[in-house]
Amino acid sequence: MTMLEEIIIAGFGGQGVMSMGQLLAYAGMFEDKHVSWLPSYGPEQRGGTANCAVVISHDLIGSPLVSRASTAMVLNNPSFEKFEPMVKAGGLLIVDTSLVTLDSTRDDITIIKINATELAIELGNKRIANMILIGAFLEQSKILGMESIMESLKKVLSPEKHHLLEVNHKALLKGTVLVQKQVGFTG
Amino acid sequence: MVKVLMKGNEVIAEAAVHAGCKYFFGYPITPQSELVAYMAKRLPEVGGLFLQAESEIAAINMVYGAAGTGVRVMTSSSSPGFSLKQEGISFLVGSELPAVICNIVRGGPGLGNIQPAQSDYFQVTKGGGHGDYHIPVLAPASLQEIVDLTQDAFDIADRYRTPVIIMGDGMLGQMMEPVEFYEAKPKEVPKKDWATTGTRGDGGPKIITSLELNAESLEKHNHHLQAKFKQIKENEVRFEAYETEDADYILVAFGTVARIAMNAIRKARQEGIKVGLIRPISLWPFPEKPFIDTRDKVKSYITVEMSAGQMIEDVRLAVNGHAPVDFFGRTGGVVPTQEEIYHKIISVAGGVEV
Repeated sequence: MTMLEEIIIAGFGGQGVMSMGQLLAYAGMFEDKHVSWLPSYGPEQRGGTANCAVVISHDLIGSPLVSRASTAMVLNNPSFEKFEPMVKAGGLLIVDTSLVTLDSTRDDITIIKINATELAIELGNKRIANMILIGAFLEQSKILGMESIMESLKKVLSPEKHHLLEVNHKALLKGTVLVQKQVGFTG
Repeated sequence: MVKVLMKGNEVIAEAAVHAGCKYFFGYPITPQSELVAYMAKRLPEVGGLFLQAESEIAAINMVYGAAGTGVRVMTSSSSPGFSLKQEGISFLVGSELPAVICNIVRGGPGLGNIQPAQSDYFQVTKGGGHGDYHIPVLAPASLQEIVDLTQDAFDIADRYRTPVIIMGDGMLGQMMEPVEFYEAKPKEVPKKDWATTGTRGDGGPKIITSLELNAESLEKHNHHLQAKFKQIKENEVRFEAYETEDADYILVAFGTVARIAMNAIRKARQEGIKVGLIRPISLWPFPEKPFIDTRDKVKSYITVEMSAGQMIEDVRLAVNGHAPVDFFGRTGGVVPTQEEIYHKIISVAGGVEV
């Protein structure tokens, strides 16, 4: 079966959306899939929103640019406005409702809403909110394994931050459990 | 072989180190600054020298000086900075010095912006500086291809004693993909007995200059350069042809745009429209053969560029009136989407129902 996953991750600069994308790209590479990662690096990034496009495929990747996403993860309102309409019919939209107040009216996509930032604070570290979203994505899409993600984390996190691997793992598991329990699902 | 995930700019730098480049003179500019930063860190590790010049003009002239000693040397920039290097590049050609120059193109004209573009095509393929000259230009489409073409760039430079340009766009420079580096077999390159490293009493003085005040002598030098360009045209053409055999329509695109075009082609093929792709890898010398092979069979070519239409002129010359040549382009740093390219194919193919 061929697989082509075109992912957009978007939010404010500093939320780690670029690293989230790199994490998925590394994990894909560890699983011998074709991957590409393309950042937005223009003035839009400096103006507050940052996004990256990740493509994971069994075949050689054509465009690294994603114009119609199979999955979008959005971490603020401007990103929601821009990328919610760009999700393909049948695609997946993952929203951090701690930060996004807008609501989707689409009924042709799967939407997972997670108050990730609040949950991350409960887990003891606000900065791992994005890992809860990644965990949800892993469980829902099943295209990458948890082991590869943990392996990638060692690449994305600098060695002096490796003591944070465990709390990141907890956050990833939190996301997967939410999806298993179908918490926050609409559409 | 181990795959690593790297940014395009870093891949160019590491590939240059693998190709034996030990000297880099440059000046940072978005979207190619990672290349400069990588060299600053990497070259001291291999016993080389990195120097950030006070300007692009200084950097290219430092390249001129280093190239004169016969070492493998490189500089890189993006469009406005690349424009500043043109005088030095013309001097390199006139003096027949090998060097590699990288241009990670951004939106123009003027300062423009920092988004991806291909609008320096005319500048890189038609000369750019003053005088009668061409420079070999290689345009990779993927990060793995950068590894191969950077090695080739240094080999071509040494073989023909010419500067060589690697042209990418901001997207290629900024994106990450897995790449594998390998130790390339050293290609046969002529001994650099012209290098100004001292005569040690073994012959006359060695002079590197582009100045020749005698008109007849300068014409003779130009004939020599033209003969060299002819040789490069015969030997250094590179392209990829994809599903052109049965194609009614052929897209022509280079670099990252060719990859986006590929997605549009796959979709069109699924809809039963026979579309192929010609991807020039050497922009100069421009590949004429794939056009000569297809121009009496296709209904139309469609050139797709991140410019207002520059490569299309070379496509028209190669097609030479045998078939129509259509165009789709976005400018100013806007990247064409696969949907836009697909719709262009549909409209040229005569409005097949989508």
